[in-house]
Amino acid sequence: MSVIRIPPTLREQVGGVREVPADGETVRELLDDLMGRFPALRPQLVEDDELAPFVNVYVEGEDVRTREGLDTEVQPGATVILLPAMAGGRR
Amino acid sequence: MPSYRELLAQVRAEIDEVDAVRGRALIENGDPIILDVREQDEWDEGHIPGAVHIPRGNLESRIEGAAPDRSRTILVYCSGGNRSAFAAKSLEELGYDEPVSLAGGFTDWKRNGFPVDVATGLDAPRRARYSRHLLIPEVGEQGQLRLLDSKVLLIGAGGLGSPASLYLAAAGVGRIGIVDADVVDESNLQRQIVHSTERLGESKADSAKRTIEALNPDVQVVAYKERLTSENVERILADGWDVIVDGADNFPTRYLVNDASVWHGIPVVHGSIYRFEGQVTVFKPGDGPCYRCLFPAPPPPELAPSCAEGGVLGVLPGVIGSLQANEALKLALGIGEPLVGRLLLFDALSAEFNEVAIRRDPECPVCGEHPTIADYVDYVEFCAGTREPA
Repeated sequence: MSVIRIPPTLREQVGGVREVPADGETVRELLDDLMGRFPALRPQLVEDDELAPFVNVYVEGEDVRTREGLDTEVQPGATVILLPAMAGGRR
Repeated sequence: MPSYRELLAQVRAEIDEVDAVRGRALIENGDPIILDVREQDEWDEGHIPGAVHIPRGNLESRIEGAAPDRSRTILVYCSGGNRSAFAAKSLEELGYDEPVSLAGGFTDWKRNGFPVDVATGLDAPRRARYSRHLLIPEVGEQGQLRLLDSKVLLIGAGGLGSPASLYLAAAGVGRIGIVDADVVDESNLQRQIVHSTERLGESKADSAKRTIEALNPDVQVVAYKERLTSENVERILADGWDVIVDGADNFPTRYLVNDASVWHGIPVVHGSIYRFEGQVTVFKPGDGPCYRCLFPAPPPPELAPSCAEGGVLGVLPGVIGSLQANEALKLALGIGEPLVGRLLLFDALSAEFNEVAIRRDPECPVCGEHPTIADYVDYVEFCAGTREPA
């Protein structure tokens, strides 16, 4: 079991919570578990079965794209951060 | 009880002294700390190049900041060699291994025709205004002069630009550019503290300019009352900026700022906010990743998070914009560890900071090994109905 941190821009899709526990040994399994329960997240996270170019996933502070992408292993208890592009500032 | 003369003779007998010729050889071969213990007005009229200035009266309290290593040689001088003799004695008592007093002082140094730096320094009012900077060894007079000579461009005079512009102006950044096409609206005042109720309806760039000039007349403000576009970005950057502080509220501007900064080699202090959370990083071309390394392309319009509807806790841009000012000041001063390759995440509700590593992408379409983007891209605005006309 790992904890996935949900960014504020995606919280509506998970009922407003900040963290969701998920099962899986790789990032792909974790996200499949997450998106299975919250299907509205799917288009925000994946594109053609790959991580969408406008979202980053960090496992223990490291970008999974610099590791094995969706196949990056996740140790039990690890913290996974989803980070979509966010533009706000001026208004 | 000894007289002053007797005491001076006694101290001079106890310490090491060198004349100007040997002092210069020591500077050239020995890498000493050169310490000037004269008063401010004497220092301003000229000093030995590379010297640290601590007036005799502040010596004991400030020397550790300037010379933490007790084993390093300190060549101390004053105008004639008397105050420096007493200073050398005090340094010995403080445990410094090798204080050396320059006999004949600065007067004899000049008489020998040795190099002299004339301070282009700060005048008395500026010395008073920036005194808390001058007390920090990492800033000091040279750093303050550097700030006064630096040029920072702010994208947006809104939530992030408000605190960033105020702190940069207060710090004495000499030239601040502000790009914003908006006017001050009532809904801005919950967080945009550079504006005020009496400025409702006024251009944000002009309003920020008025606030900043009232805060610090040393700052020259260039107000660009326009939205940054592919048409005007080159003209605005041609005015010459050392650092860009990006507080934009939309993706098209973020990508324009990024691509322009990579092509012009200007570091960008990036900040963004949403509800209770914010992010800060520094994109320094050539040194770390750019925005497109992090997000190669913006999300499709239908998936982009709504901006104006999202809401934001009023103090959040205060935290994030202040962190941006902090990074911009470090870059302008060339000190510290800027947030290059590190994305700092702040959660106001839990009062937690997190950091993730961001790396340069060799495949990046703009700063990578084989760039595929060579011209500005005009992305469509995402928050339909909330944008102002271009």
